[in-house]
Amino acid sequence: MSKKPINEMKLKFPSLSANEKLSRIAISGFVGLYDPRIDELNEIKTAVSEAVTNSIVHGYRNTCGEIELTAKAFSDGLIYIKIRDKGAGIEDVARAMEPLYTSLPDEERSGLGFSVMESFCDSVKVTSKLGSGTTVVLTKRLKTKL
Amino acid sequence: MAVYIKSDRNDELTAMITGEIDHHSARWLRMDIDTALNDCPPKTLKLDFSGVTFMDSSGVGLVMGRYKNMKALGGRVELVNMPEYIERVMLLAGMDNLVTIPKAKDASGKSSAKGQSGSSAE
Repeated sequence: MSKKPINEMKLKFPSLSANEKLSRIAISGFVGLYDPRIDELNEIKTAVSEAVTNSIVHGYRNTCGEIELTAKAFSDGLIYIKIRDKGAGIEDVARAMEPLYTSLPDEERSGLGFSVMESFCDSVKVTSKLGSGTTVVLTKRLKTKL
Repeated sequence: MAVYIKSDRNDELTAMITGEIDHHSARWLRMDIDTALNDCPPKTLKLDFSGVTFMDSSGVGLVMGRYKNMKALGGRVELVNMPEYIERVMLLAGMDNLVTIPKAKDASGKSSAKGQSGSSAE
């Protein structure tokens, strides 16, 4: 990944739940430039939706803050996506990533956000610091060469 | 995003969900479906996904919540007409242990036989 991206997008928006849809529209528009298969596009949209929802529901719980969505496309078909918030952070990332674990069992959260990201992307990397925020990096290589 | 409620028989309620299911829309869908459940508690709640254009894990939360409510009413939940990737998320969550997911049976109207088989292969 030392190569230079052939295209790049950066988007900042407040943590309103309506912006879950905005993040999907934005990432679809960006990835859509590179002829993805419909299932690939669906998987990327879903993974981004999960990460952004986590920032809104957990990172900025009861507050509103900024979410940054960065996307890069590389010539070998690799799509790199970063979702970053400056919210509450995650105390135990490994535990948060366990399937079905949720810190909000009363709110009908399924605890599957990270499982979906892992299942739909080639790699998921999470870095988090309590009180400073969480960054999720997703990568996926499209079947089409760009 | 909208949900159309249809009471086929006295003991069956179909909620046809249209549009996108995410954390934002799930709360409204939840409210509409639960209102219908309380008005006329059925034996079977059928959630029809044929009009759903997007779903993330919030949809799983929606189904889990309705499963709990129906269990309290002594009834069950059935998921019908799921596009393949939605079924994949449901199976990832193990929802087939809690609710009924009919296999490509020819339900009246559109049943997506293609999506029903081999969805757990990947």
